[in-house]
Amino acid sequence: MMRSIALLLWMLVMTGTVVQAAEAPPAAGDPLVEQRLKALSHELRCLVCQNQSLADSNADLAVDLRNQVREQIVAGKSDAEIRAWLTARYGDFVLYRPPLKATTVLLWAGPVLLLIAALAGLFLTLRRRRRDAVAPALSEVERAHAEALLSTGSDPESR
Amino acid sequence: MNRFLIPLGVFIVLVVFLGIGLGLKPREVPSPLIDKPAPAFTLTRLDDPNLSVRAEDMRGQVWILNVWASWCVACLDEHPLLVEFSRQGLVPLYGLNYKDKPDDARAWLARHGNPYDVSVVDGDGRVGIDYGVYGVPETFVIDKQGVIRYKHIGPVTPEVLDGTIVPLIQRLQS
Repeated sequence: MMRSIALLLWMLVMTGTVVQAAEAPPAAGDPLVEQRLKALSHELRCLVCQNQSLADSNADLAVDLRNQVREQIVAGKSDAEIRAWLTARYGDFVLYRPPLKATTVLLWAGPVLLLIAALAGLFLTLRRRRRDAVAPALSEVERAHAEALLSTGSDPESR
Repeated sequence: MNRFLIPLGVFIVLVVFLGIGLGLKPREVPSPLIDKPAPAFTLTRLDDPNLSVRAEDMRGQVWILNVWASWCVACLDEHPLLVEFSRQGLVPLYGLNYKDKPDDARAWLARHGNPYDVSVVDGDGRVGIDYGVYGVPETFVIDKQGVIRYKHIGPVTPEVLDGTIVPLIQRLQS
């Protein structure tokens, strides 16, 4: 058991290194700029390979966009300005954290609504179960049968 | 009764959402540039690097900007259609030669025919980014006021051309 867990951990570590190795190499430059670029581009979606971030993608367009973001960082633009620059061209789609808008309300409120619905369902089910769990009243015949059982210690009907 | 109706209801809702999801085209990201002024550019012409073209030069007429490249395989799909469309002479058709080598681009046009009134060179792809280009070919319809009215991502098909682009141009021209 321990060995298989160790093997699994080792495999996880190895996949981690492989993924890391595939990440696009950052161009040499001011480490502060590169750090900001990295943080920013991890939150931006690549449009060519849509399930990769701008930081992870090696697509031509991602390289170009990273270069432009780098230029803007060097030019002293704030992260918000750079995000606005990108969304003006590619829309909110590039943001992995979309802003709260009329069209994205369901996206943001959805998990909370689902949680509330699930809790309400759980509450109602539990309440119904507790109500049903109350011992049902015995009819006259059943009561007599039960008493006979208790007094003789055996079932009179099975004799 | 409820016992079966509730799971069935949930199941139906899931199926409906799945059905809607299957109909979506996740590769076609709606452009925020629709109904916005076309980004300005000044680019040199592919046929003569000494001449340049500005987006503002096109004011007062409806025109089409088609993003293409010689390395773009899908561009060949729409190419015959564009050649035929340009023969009608309905509107000026401008090409944005995106991240291409000018020699390759000229050779490509010589080989497959040149539908463009003018092609301009966007060698580093900066103007492409300004236009929100992420998948070549892309086609923009720009009105007389210089506002982008329509964008098509991917190769133009006869259905899109005859069903959407041409009627839109006729409406914008009148």
